[in-house]
Amino acid sequence: MKALSQKRRHPLAAIALLLMGLLVTGGLYAVATTVNQAKATTTFSANDAEEGGKLFESNCATCHGMGASGTQDGPSLVGVGAAAVDFQVGTGRMPMQMNGPQAPKKPVQFNDEQTHQLAAYVASLGPGPSIPEANVLDGQGDAAKGGELFRVNCAMCHNAAAAGGALTRGKFAPALSGVSSKHIYEAMVTGPQNMPVFNDANLSPEGKRDIITFLKQIEANGSPGGADLGSLGPVSEGLFVWIAGLGVIIAFTIWLTSRTS
Amino acid sequence: MGNHSDGSPNHSGTVATAGQNEVEKFQDPGIPPHRLRLADTDPKAAKRAERQVALLFGTSVVGTLIFLVAYFAIDLGDDSTIATIRLQNALLGIGTAFAMLGIGTGIVHWAKALMPDHEVSEERHAIRTEDDRQAAVRIVDDIVEETGIKRRPLIRNTLLGAVALAPLPALAVFGDLGPRPDDALAHTMWAPQDGKLKRLTRDPDGTPIKAADVTIGSAFHVIPEGLNELNEGKLNEKAKSVVLLMRLNPEELHPSPGRADWAYNGIVAYSKICTHVGCPVALYEQQTHHLLCPCHQSTFDLTQECKVIFGPASRPLPQLPIAVDAEGYLVATSDFHEPVGPSYWEREQHERNINA
Repeated sequence: MKALSQKRRHPLAAIALLLMGLLVTGGLYAVATTVNQAKATTTFSANDAEEGGKLFESNCATCHGMGASGTQDGPSLVGVGAAAVDFQVGTGRMPMQMNGPQAPKKPVQFNDEQTHQLAAYVASLGPGPSIPEANVLDGQGDAAKGGELFRVNCAMCHNAAAAGGALTRGKFAPALSGVSSKHIYEAMVTGPQNMPVFNDANLSPEGKRDIITFLKQIEANGSPGGADLGSLGPVSEGLFVWIAGLGVIIAFTIWLTSRTS
Repeated sequence: MGNHSDGSPNHSGTVATAGQNEVEKFQDPGIPPHRLRLADTDPKAAKRAERQVALLFGTSVVGTLIFLVAYFAIDLGDDSTIATIRLQNALLGIGTAFAMLGIGTGIVHWAKALMPDHEVSEERHAIRTEDDRQAAVRIVDDIVEETGIKRRPLIRNTLLGAVALAPLPALAVFGDLGPRPDDALAHTMWAPQDGKLKRLTRDPDGTPIKAADVTIGSAFHVIPEGLNELNEGKLNEKAKSVVLLMRLNPEELHPSPGRADWAYNGIVAYSKICTHVGCPVALYEQQTHHLLCPCHQSTFDLTQECKVIFGPASRPLPQLPIAVDAEGYLVATSDFHEPVGPSYWEREQHERNINA
């Protein structure tokens, strides 16, 4: 303390104070504005990234290029983050089997450890969304709020009952039942393929947790009105009424006008 | 057979014309012979049919009991779950169906299998004679004569006038059905209020959006600032002013002259109301930059100022001019420059007024 009070009139004291103030302000600002930044909380060892790099070169580099810098056939993966890899590889969408309007979900080609290593490699290339923490995936959020957010942000493509729907030129928004909470969260954060990105400034992590809660709740509760017929609205329901409903009416009229033996 | 090669008409002689007279004397075939049913001849079959009808009526009784049990025995207290409600719904439905169908099918089966089924033929009524018609005409003539409407034109004309004027009060009543919409369709909440530009806020919670929040590939569902605070007409205002906010690479946007400053660093805002019949166009594909309307598949290309590239919509989606205020929040610099949503009668006139 004594040393401080002695040196406070030093000619460099003002500069030091200014520097300190700038650093503190900048540091606080950086902390405050990391809502869109990666939160590198999932731990990847250097060995994971190295093994992942080998897997990447032998499985993904054909399209995504050496060092994941992208080619004509596939986008650059620098900065897409571990969440994107965990979603695309973890749901079997990548590696892509064939070219098409979009890469559909299919049996996974890498086990959990290999997926983890690939994610570690891609995360090491540049900052991006990380794999979500368990506390936002627990399904213990506010389902009513989640339902409201879902209807505003998601239902137009994924259907109000999350049964999926068609997009343009062969693309489609998949059904969301049976998708793990982690993959739902990762899809929102990274915006795979044609899905828009819902970053943490758009939908807060709490809001995403509510949406997942809502989705898990409607999945567990099923359809309150009996058979949901695919939840596709008037098409499947109309088909059912025309075939089954009119069929029953026709059967009754035939019975009414027939003679008994 | 005749010789076809010389082109002469072919008379085989077997196509006789003599049968026509017989057609006129077409014999009434009468009612087919009565066929007895099994229940008419065999007492065992009759007994069986009787039991079947009783069984159907019994089904109806069971259905009613199921309904009553489901209604009174299933407790829908505070601690009941959706599964309980669903169970009760299913049982109420099944109970009602059996109760109604049991009675209906029972009566039909009773009538078909057991009630007498002998055929009855009724003769047609004789056709009315000319005299009846003449009598009716005479009655009308008598009425006209007795009212004296032909002889008293003053009465006739005042009656006509009174009947013609009577519907007029109805017109005045129709006028009270509601205020005329005037140009309410042409204006939205986005218009700056008292010189203060409206901020773009998130749907549903109404928090303002910073330009930095909208990363490339994002899609924000946007409502105007102050919408949630409206006390009345909130849904009507929301229906006109909902906006979709997206960010692209600025090189991918191709703004036409005069619209260059409507976007901010690749962030663009477009009305979500389809110009076809007004469904919310919110299916955004972030790679192709297409916006799809879920109702009739109208597709809009964001890179060409939401030009219609497929489907029945006739106009591009209206763009909302946006900028950033001093605090970094996105604001609308003006209202839409055309009426949003589908066409209506005075739309073009309203559009001219907006741009005048």
